[in-house]
Amino acid sequence: MYAFAYHRPGTVRQAQSALHKHEDSKLLAGGQTLIPTMKQRLASPSALIDLGHVAGLAGIEKKGRNIVIGAMTRHADVASSAVVQEHLPALADLAAHIGDPAVRHRGTIGGSLANNDPSADYPAAALALGATIITNKRKIAADDYFQGMFTTALEEGEIITKVSFPMPSKAAYAKFPNPASRYAMVGVFVAKKGSDVRVAVTGASNDGVFRAAPLEAALHTKFNAKSLEGVSVDHTSFISDIHGSADYRGNLVTVMAKRAVLKAQGK
Amino acid sequence: MSATGIGAPVRRKEDFRFITGKGQYTDDINRPGQTYAAFLRSPHAHATIKKIDLSAARASEGVLAILTGDDLAADKVGGLICGWMIHSKDGSPMKAGAHPALAQGKVRYVGDHIAVVVAETLAQARDAVEKIHVDYEVLAPVVALDQATKSGAPVIHDVAPNNQVYDWHLGDKAAADGAFAKAHHVTKIDLVNNRLIPNAMEPRAAIGDYDSGNDAFTLYTTSQNPHVARLVLSAFIGIAPEHKLRVIAPDVGGGFGSKIFIYAEETVCVWAAKKVGRPVKWTGDRTEAFLADAHGRDHVTHAEMALDEKGKILGLRVKTKANLGAYLSTFSSCVPTYLYAPLLSGQYNIPAIYVEVEGIYTNTAPVDAYRGAGRPEATFVIERIVEIAARELGQDPAEFRRKNFVTSFPHQTPVIMAYDTGDYGASLDKALELADYKNFQKRKKESAKNGLLRGIGFSAYIEACGIAPSAAVGSLGAGVGLWESAEVRVNPVGTVEVLTGSHSHGQGHETTFAQLVSDRLGISIDQVAIVHGDTDKVQFGMGTYGSRSGAVGMSAISKALDKVVAKAKKVAAYALEASEGDIEFKDGRFSVAGTDKSLAFGEVALQAYIAHKFSGQELEPGLKEGAFYDPTNFTFPSGVHICELEIDPDTGVTTIERWTAVDDFGNIINPMIVEGQVHGGIAQGVGQALYEGAHYDANGQLVTASYMDYCMPRADDLPSFVIDTTLTPCPSNPLGIKGCGEAGAIAAPPAVINAITDALGHEDIAMPASPQAVWRAAQKSVHKLAAE
Ligand SMILES: Cc1cc2nc3c(=O)[nH]c(=O)nc-3n(C[C@H](O)[C@H](O)[C@H](O)COP(=O)(O)OP(=O)(O)OC[C@H]3O[C@@H](n4cnc5c(N)ncnc54)[C@H](O)[C@@H]3O)c2cc1C
Repeated sequence: MYAFAYHRPGTVRQAQSALHKHEDSKLLAGGQTLIPTMKQRLASPSALIDLGHVAGLAGIEKKGRNIVIGAMTRHADVASSAVVQEHLPALADLAAHIGDPAVRHRGTIGGSLANNDPSADYPAAALALGATIITNKRKIAADDYFQGMFTTALEEGEIITKVSFPMPSKAAYAKFPNPASRYAMVGVFVAKKGSDVRVAVTGASNDGVFRAAPLEAALHTKFNAKSLEGVSVDHTSFISDIHGSADYRGNLVTVMAKRAVLKAQGK
Repeated sequence: MSATGIGAPVRRKEDFRFITGKGQYTDDINRPGQTYAAFLRSPHAHATIKKIDLSAARASEGVLAILTGDDLAADKVGGLICGWMIHSKDGSPMKAGAHPALAQGKVRYVGDHIAVVVAETLAQARDAVEKIHVDYEVLAPVVALDQATKSGAPVIHDVAPNNQVYDWHLGDKAAADGAFAKAHHVTKIDLVNNRLIPNAMEPRAAIGDYDSGNDAFTLYTTSQNPHVARLVLSAFIGIAPEHKLRVIAPDVGGGFGSKIFIYAEETVCVWAAKKVGRPVKWTGDRTEAFLADAHGRDHVTHAEMALDEKGKILGLRVKTKANLGAYLSTFSSCVPTYLYAPLLSGQYNIPAIYVEVEGIYTNTAPVDAYRGAGRPEATFVIERIVEIAARELGQDPAEFRRKNFVTSFPHQTPVIMAYDTGDYGASLDKALELADYKNFQKRKKESAKNGLLRGIGFSAYIEACGIAPSAAVGSLGAGVGLWESAEVRVNPVGTVEVLTGSHSHGQGHETTFAQLVSDRLGISIDQVAIVHGDTDKVQFGMGTYGSRSGAVGMSAISKALDKVVAKAKKVAAYALEASEGDIEFKDGRFSVAGTDKSLAFGEVALQAYIAHKFSGQELEPGLKEGAFYDPTNFTFPSGVHICELEIDPDTGVTTIERWTAVDDFGNIINPMIVEGQVHGGIAQGVGQALYEGAHYDANGQLVTASYMDYCMPRADDLPSFVIDTTLTPCPSNPLGIKGCGEAGAIAAPPAVINAITDALGHEDIAMPASPQAVWRAAQKSVHKLAAE
């Protein structure tokens, strides 16, 4: 780790001005990505702006037909939240399977979405559920937010404050963990709301999380695992590494999608 | 059996300290005025060093010294050594290239040591490392084992122009060829034993400390054998004479072999301490551990088995290429030779065996002993080929094994070993029963109904432990004798300190060794302290590896205890005013036969020290005895492990459903600790089979250099194990102990792979059998699901 300055703002506005004031500074949320990167000397921010003491950034509430989660809400709190478990159990289940207990007690939903790791779990939920990412400046629809691996619509100085998830009629997440890291090697989030079906895939593509149109079309016809028989996604731009080549990941997308549908149907 | 004696499942005495964070590991130790070392490591697999520019680094804040290979040469510090000489078929000695602790002119693997920066703080040392500029001429690397000895391959060490360290053999070629000539059936197999990275929980660390007043050094280090470290650093590397070098291996958090060896880092720290004039500490980080701890395994093997018409084994031929990495680590040369080939007879009566092994240099981290060391590789070969032979002959794999078991002892194999005792059929019977083998087909059908492929795999392993008779290993090329020493010091109040040359780094010696004392002297284990890991306290020792601490280390203690009891009887005779021949010692009391006169052990200890009842001319005061124990043979633990698993053909995920292990470890001191050793061993063996594998890319970059890519087995990957034992006491040591530390890691890999190939229907599969690999094999599987 290189030396850095540390700032502890109390409000989003203070955080924003601290970010502005210190060149090459970075927001610190749970630190589960940022700190390891700094320890390996792969990142060297001049200053860390710790969001941990900013009032009102953590918390979960039901607002009408939406579940709204503060950016600094830890994965463990989403997993154990009675509100999430009741109205959006697929999200509680997803959060419960991120990393290990230590990671879940530090890592935050805002940090995960800001980072947009191509193997992270939350992006699949946000995209499949049609979430809205709320920042200190604007509201961004999930469809516009994810722009390729580690790339988002966030601008310089923009801070995620909340994420709003519309409640689906049926939803589930099926994750195939990378054997070593246990990040998603393929994670498929399936959400049905009225006649609308959205399927988001994480872990598989070099372009990060994406919506799987062929799977959505098949499920739109009939929301049933059988509908996915023989349906596949184009895997040409998929990740190939020692754990799984593109074709294997392609196979896993369909398999995990089927399992997600079965889970969504309570089977 | 007393509450804390031999055979009692006593809770580990050391665990309170470890669980409450009170352990003292090397990194917990801090010396006054301590400085910090950071190493510059090679980013290239193979390169010549044209120039090193230290100017910017020297000017960096807090830097006290920067040392390179030139400084080592100027100080005439010797290179790291390999302590076991192997001779090739043609009688020529192995080709050991120079192994300087800091590179001299060339780097040979990613992670190779180039320079050390010593600074006031660790961050400053690391900052300065980044400011060292090295001008490299990058050379083509040798990575793939099968390409390494081809003509035109880049040369790693000039002494080995074709990268071959040795071309060794064992056994009788003519006899083996004769067996194949008359064979009814020949089974052939090609195998890769995947490279593993040890991953002890505590990374390696070292503190070098120099006392200018006495011109003496102290090295605190993560070692499994501090006396061997001192011997090598002193006699070969030339840091200081032995009486001026103290090596302390305090609490050590796991070793699995990787902490046997004498590495560059500790050598540099102790040498640098004098140059800097202050203590120098280095603590490896996890990346350094991945890159530069000695790796394990890494064999490519072709094997052939000759069989008669009934399925009796007639002969075995094995050809192995063993990757030794870029340099010969301390014991690397013996692992794929004498720790491997002599085990290829397995539990079987094989009249003729011929083994050829090529040791090969590559531009990868050095490879040396790792849990099991050679024996897992041998067991993998024999248990895979036996399984396939049974399948090819259409015979039940369990009964095929039984038919070929060695049944009379002692049994001389054609490859050195003389098995002393065992009952392989008994372990097999018990394992089949516990695994409910007879209902396996029913369970397989059930799985198929759920779309899953179920398989069962056997592994009937044998290992040679208790390493080993000094004369025997000496004749095979070892540079050291492999006896063990012990000293038993009885204090005047009757408490006991045992000084042992064994070293505990997870094995629980503080408990088991105390149980032996408790059993023999009739005192509680709370009255016994086990002292180890300090060359100033313990006179000498060969350390802990090869499951030798029970069989060899405890036998030395046992011998010393015999002497203590003999002397104490003399003291008791004076104190009780009886003749020595009338003194009986039982349950901690010395009594005069046929009378009610007796003294407790502690009372006799006091008499020995106050020496009021006898004169120093009659008997020396005090009660302290030492012993060196050199075993008469290896020990031969054996057993049968059965793995039953399910494969999800859609994803390739393998789930182990049942694990049955029936082991014969000889007599057992503490069954709970033995069970723990078996659990850990199986986990590591399953790790090799399903999860772990070091992977270098074509440029020699280690792809699996962190836990993001190197997959360790986790608790939730494993079922609850069904574990039992059979017993044939070992005849070659006084305690009848065989050893248990490596059994699981040796037995498990073939059991898993045999089960996977059984589930898939004879498809061979490489380790680690990752979900992707199993999925691919399942696509081609000849076993179609009944349900489909
Ligand atoms: C061992 C381990 C295992 C893991 N396993 C998984 C897994 O299985 N699945 C998974 O999805 N993830 C996994 N993670 C990642 C983890 O879940 C974290 O969510 C993730 O690292 C980012 O969240 P964080 O709060 O730690 O963010 P930080 O590390 O603090 O920050 C990450 C980045 O986001 C920026 N940032 C943070 N908060 C905001 C904000 N509110 N607005 C704008 N920018 C912001 C930071 O500046 C930084 O660039 C794992 C991590 C570890 C260490």
